[in-house]
Amino acid sequence: MTRHHFVEVENLSKRFGNGASQLTVFEQANFGIEKGEYVCIIGHSGCGKSTIMNILAGLDTATDGFVYMEGKEVKGPALDRGVVFQNYSLMPWMSALRNIQFAVRARWPGWTSEQIRAHCYKYLEMVGLTGGTELRKPSELSGGMRQRVSIARAFAIEPKLLLLDEPFGALDALTRGNIQEELVKIWSETHQTVFMITHDVDEAILLADRILLMTNGPYARIAEAVRVDIARPRERGSIIHDPGYYRIRNHLVDFLVTRSKELAGGPAPAPAPGADEEGYSRPFPPEVNPARDGEDVAPPPAVRRQRQTPTKEERVA
Amino acid sequence: MLKSLNLRAALLSVVLLATFLGIWELANQPPKAEKALTEYELLMGGADQEARVPPPSAVISLAVEELSNPFYDKGPNDKGIGIQLGYSIYRVLAGFLMAALIAIPVGFLIGMSPMMHKALNPYIQVLRPISPLAWMPLALFIIKDSEASSIFVIFICSIWPMLINTAFGVANVRQDWLNVARTHELSPLRTAFTVILPAAAPTILTGMRISIGIAWLVIVAAEMLVGGTGIGYYVWNEWNNLDLTSVIFSILMIGIVGMMLDLALSTATRFVEYEE
Repeated sequence: MTRHHFVEVENLSKRFGNGASQLTVFEQANFGIEKGEYVCIIGHSGCGKSTIMNILAGLDTATDGFVYMEGKEVKGPALDRGVVFQNYSLMPWMSALRNIQFAVRARWPGWTSEQIRAHCYKYLEMVGLTGGTELRKPSELSGGMRQRVSIARAFAIEPKLLLLDEPFGALDALTRGNIQEELVKIWSETHQTVFMITHDVDEAILLADRILLMTNGPYARIAEAVRVDIARPRERGSIIHDPGYYRIRNHLVDFLVTRSKELAGGPAPAPAPGADEEGYSRPFPPEVNPARDGEDVAPPPAVRRQRQTPTKEERVA
Repeated sequence: MLKSLNLRAALLSVVLLATFLGIWELANQPPKAEKALTEYELLMGGADQEARVPPPSAVISLAVEELSNPFYDKGPNDKGIGIQLGYSIYRVLAGFLMAALIAIPVGFLIGMSPMMHKALNPYIQVLRPISPLAWMPLALFIIKDSEASSIFVIFICSIWPMLINTAFGVANVRQDWLNVARTHELSPLRTAFTVILPAAAPTILTGMRISIGIAWLVIVAAEMLVGGTGIGYYVWNEWNNLDLTSVIFSILMIGIVGMMLDLALSTATRFVEYEE
């Protein structure tokens, strides 16, 4: 296995139905995630972001294509990928602490109760939920606190890849800002590999190393990868003074407002030059770096590697 | 405000009760004799020419008498109210627990597997509307024991609400929680016990509460049929004895015990309830 990326998504497509009524949500999604990288994906509703995330989590299956993590194909959910759902998905009959214990016990079945407890408190402290708050049920917590529990639960199992599905979508702007800042802090301590869905351009710039942009569905595609070339550590207050900030922001907003529509429904990206005779190639989306616009940014090399799995034609033959 | 509301409601309750008992008492007084009665007339019920519903005062004095010694046993025709209720409660609980032992696992199976749901649903739909007493002759023939037959009738009537509620509760566990179980690589058995069971518990207990209510309704009728012991037999026996005071007293006791059974299960429900 000579996969070059920690996570590789290869020619991923999702279609519903058959024949004339077939609906292609997205197709030919190709991208990679490096270890320790924070990748956000932005796109309008219905472009299939959540489906991509669910496929990465193993909760959904792709119609075509593959996902590899550390060279192994992802098939079904597993503890090496942690998920934070938009609606928190905490068990309402368990206290915050018990929700995390539930996850930690599943991750390390051999641990003693004391070990599990200590581990849980480490992560509860990380999200600032101690001193009695951790013993409350989710219904007795605010939305922000619930999402903190959910984040603590996902970090506590120390997954190789953390998947965040619009984690702050249901929170008010002030709470959202606070938790974003905490997430920046936690991320800088753990360097967890993260793949996150968001609708919020500012949130993506604050958190991400790279932002994937999706065109509108159906036939959605990953059109472009935007590098967020802003030094870390980043802070919500100071990041807006970075000279690159508004260039990136304008680029993203321009994409969401106009280009995502213009590019929608277009043909699948052509195989990169140099594709082998069966048309196999994985054209990664072109990478742009708006923060350093004007400086010469080398175009991304066309990624092309040996095939690891049989293509459809081969399997048919 | 709430306190005064409760107070006013309690006051109204008492007034209604007093009015009702007062009317009942006054409407059922035997007429006064105009002249001294002969010994024969006294034996035949005084000056009263028709049978009357016994007044509440008679029922209350009987209740005091019965409840002060509820567990006496003077042969098959004269047992204390406590013993009779005890037999009925025992039969209800035995049939109910057996039904729970079957209904909850099978309900889980139906709730978790759409195939099992489709396969078993026709039988459930046909068997469920059958009056439990209709099973009695068949049960008596097969089991050849009236005691066990009445337990079987309780079993068959209390199984359906539990089965249907368990299946419904299990099938409607939120997908999010199941996804959490899946992403944490929980085995099906652990998912069933740590996620599905607590998530469906309030629905399951609601089913159990409906079941025990139905079981208590049915046991009275079943015991009237099979006889021997139990509160249902007691009611019918006192009717045969033309002792309407005892009939009214046992009706009240049936209501009180039924309320307590329901209360026990609603308390249990409160322990497993959760707020989303």
